[in-house]
Amino acid sequence: MSLYQVQKLIYQLNRDPRTRERYASERDAVLAEYELTAEEKGALTKPDIGLLYVLGVNGQLLMHFAALHKVEWPDYLERMRQGLKDHGQVREGVYAATGYEGVEAHDARLKRERESR
Amino acid sequence: MPLVYCGACSHAPGITARAERADTQTRQALESAFRRMGDDIRATKPDALVVIAAEHFANFFMNNMPAFAIGMADAYEGPIEDEAFLRIKRTTVPGNKALSRKVIENVMQTVDVAYAEEWKFDHGISVPLHFLTPDYDLPIIPANINCQGPPLAPLQRAWAFGEALRRAADAVPERIALIGTGGISHWPATPDSGKINQEWDQEFLRRWSANDREALLSYTDAETYRAAGQGGFEIRTFIAAAAAAKGAKGTVEFCEPIPIFAVSCTIARMAVAA
Repeated sequence: MSLYQVQKLIYQLNRDPRTRERYASERDAVLAEYELTAEEKGALTKPDIGLLYVLGVNGQLLMHFAALHKVEWPDYLERMRQGLKDHGQVREGVYAATGYEGVEAHDARLKRERESR
Repeated sequence: MPLVYCGACSHAPGITARAERADTQTRQALESAFRRMGDDIRATKPDALVVIAAEHFANFFMNNMPAFAIGMADAYEGPIEDEAFLRIKRTTVPGNKALSRKVIENVMQTVDVAYAEEWKFDHGISVPLHFLTPDYDLPIIPANINCQGPPLAPLQRAWAFGEALRRAADAVPERIALIGTGGISHWPATPDSGKINQEWDQEFLRRWSANDREALLSYTDAETYRAAGQGGFEIRTFIAAAAAAKGAKGTVEFCEPIPIFAVSCTIARMAVAA
């Protein structure tokens, strides 16, 4: 496991336009600069957002990596849910899933509460 | 001059990024509350606004993570996020290097703060400024508390950081306003994004408004993680703002859970005498 290296690459991609340009034009050369396992490299290049989530990538990094690959917000959430189904619980870090009714059900509940105030 | 303004507010990226997906009335009420906060800050005629944020790997990473940092530049760029994602246009925000330096030198007397002559704003600062100073005409002094990469800055040190900022603000001739930005309970950027622990939030804001140091510092990270998610670690910014208020009490001017924004959206102010 080299979660640190995966996160460091995503950090550089998120903040540095030059790294993004290089990642687009010579991805393998950029990846070679980080100590990654085959699983991590595969997850990054696919990109498998669900697996990256399960590997423990911090959500504050991962959501921007998803946006970089034009993954829209609802799709980003769905891919993480699928990752949990495919690969099991989050293995490291503090971004584990804890269970939630979902925004729509939650909104409906809050709306009822507001109306009864 | 004594600190002229002290407050706290939310900075969730969804507030701008997913604006139209929230209940319209609630969203408009939040935006009005943000704009009133901006008006209140301007009414105190500040020379600079200290924004204590919990940044999210825009500048600081686990290769060299400061517990506390303050920016020291005449200009900052932000937001770092994709403009189409955050829906805030990237711009240059004014700073004040000389004033930052005076503040940092003073803070350093009690807190070993890192300084940064380069600083890219992320949503932690850019979302609040989008509403508070939409013309970007007020110099900003960015400050950061590590709320992202454990081990995190301990709560009592966040308090000490707030106290140090207050001493520094009071020591310079300029008029300084200060806000903390962050979420209370939230599980951002996870499949649980939208989950909010309203009771926990209300209790936290009760302690914050009472400026009850002991109660604010009694949370453990394990409890916060369980009850308020990893996003709850950002209470450090609110706690630092409470410390900067130096015993003044607070008022919660707006607080509504907005699931699509992933947090109880909050605007609050400490009654510091301007």
